[in-house]
Amino acid sequence: MTAGQRPWVPVLFLVPGCILITLVVIYPAIKALLLSFTDFNMITPAKAVGLANYVRLWADPFFWGALRNTLLYLAVVVPFLVVVPIFLALLVNRALPGLAFFRAALYLPVITSLVISALVWKWVYEEKGLLNHVLLATGITDQPVAFLTDPTNALFSVMAVTAWSGLGYYMVIYLAGLQAIPRHLYEVAEVEGVSRWQQTLHITIPLLKPQVALVAVMASIGAMKVFEEVYVMTQGGPLDSTKTLVFQLYESAFVDFEMGYAAAIGVVLFAITLALSLVNLRLLRSRGERG
Amino acid sequence: MRRRQRIETVLRMAALTLLIGLTVGPFLWLLSTSLKGAGENIYAFPPSLLPQQPTLGNYVKVFESQPFGTYLRNSVVVALIAVTANLLLASLAAYPLARMDFRGRGFVFGVLLATMMVPFQLLMIPVYELALALGLHNTTLGLVLPHACTAFGIFFMRQAFLSVPRALEEVALIEGVGRPRIWWFVMLPLVRPSLATLAVFSFVAVWGDFLWPLIITDDPAHFTLPLGVNRLASTFSMDWRLVAAGAVFSIIPILVVFTFSQRYFIEGAMKGAVKG
Repeated sequence: MTAGQRPWVPVLFLVPGCILITLVVIYPAIKALLLSFTDFNMITPAKAVGLANYVRLWADPFFWGALRNTLLYLAVVVPFLVVVPIFLALLVNRALPGLAFFRAALYLPVITSLVISALVWKWVYEEKGLLNHVLLATGITDQPVAFLTDPTNALFSVMAVTAWSGLGYYMVIYLAGLQAIPRHLYEVAEVEGVSRWQQTLHITIPLLKPQVALVAVMASIGAMKVFEEVYVMTQGGPLDSTKTLVFQLYESAFVDFEMGYAAAIGVVLFAITLALSLVNLRLLRSRGERG
Repeated sequence: MRRRQRIETVLRMAALTLLIGLTVGPFLWLLSTSLKGAGENIYAFPPSLLPQQPTLGNYVKVFESQPFGTYLRNSVVVALIAVTANLLLASLAAYPLARMDFRGRGFVFGVLLATMMVPFQLLMIPVYELALALGLHNTTLGLVLPHACTAFGIFFMRQAFLSVPRALEEVALIEGVGRPRIWWFVMLPLVRPSLATLAVFSFVAVWGDFLWPLIITDDPAHFTLPLGVNRLASTFSMDWRLVAAGAVFSIIPILVVFTFSQRYFIEGAMKGAVKG
């Protein structure tokens, strides 16, 4: 079909997009890697410093603190986002009065920009805020909880916002998985007298495995990049207890103007997300072959 | 049997009502706060869920003290340009990748695939430098730059083109119609739902973006809504009524878009994951 096609035709189609992607992704990626071996600061010309930035990272307690916070983020937020949306998806999978409304309402935090979500929760988390009122009124606590101002609570309070914003998104991914499960499996189970709960446990959950793996990877990559929530709610405080890798990167680059050092943090971030992305790609490939 | 089903339905609705209380509740609380007058204690215990004397005064004050109209206009303009550019460039680049044989196709595709794995946070320093060099600091184009063509968009549109039956295209080719015309008159109309989905998907990304606008603008005249609301929150950190009003105002546009194109949002999320 393409015999006799002029060779410049595909090039013409590809050029505008590829130029842009080269400008804003490929070139900057290479540049960032190179910058991480310099002392670039936007003011004086960049000087090569070898591995100095990485050596400094290795010895920097702030970097380790940020890495620790980020990994803790992964450890808490990812399992939550893998498991809870399955139940949400199950709840909105089958016909129900007002189903479209329920789905939309559960999806609302996903479309809201993170800055707004973070602000909403900052207000809810206030010392005399709504959440403390609820906790006090129900007797769960006898004094207000310092959600964002106590170093032991702050990171978890921020995590809750990230989890809250992601629930609806992963619910939809599971919903897609649920709707791909052949109905007759349930019909057979029904005839055999298998209870609903048993059906969920032995048919639904095992068949959702690809989505579970996918959500795990997507949620991990998302958790690696947390920024807005921290910026708006805590600015990394109190006592750096909510500083994440990306927040540290932003501060080094655009507050301290240590671009070379920030680039090195970026490379570390990239290395971790790359590992997670490769897993993602693998999953997509194996799914593509089957379907 | 039917009774069991009815009980189940009631239980599901109860659970869902509770859950949407968690997802929508905080927004309603924000709305309520934004409507409370200066005379009403917003920290009262027990909290008054509804404003005693609802007033739009906070909204007026927000508009008087901050150029919220400008923020809104900037957000809309940036989103319109970015989404249009992404749809156009992505569907252009995707067409040969889906339907033409040429040398290097696999290579181009592989490189594009690889770019999707690079986090923007790594790129932002060089992109910032580049934007400064191009004179894009505090400009609309500067805000658009990283959103104007996404590798995700190219993949998404490639997938859409792959699903178009070849027959239609072949008829046109035999008739001697050129590729650009086939792209515009045959292919694009057939993938309209995918274009809509991609539009919504990229709209949400641009509209909610915070990190890049934070870096590339420092003049409030070029702020988008998230930056504007953040500025409001740091200027008036003591008065939550005003912050709430600004936040509510900035949610309204995306809420309207969401209401009218809900199915594309959901589809975008599904396909974004499945076909990414």
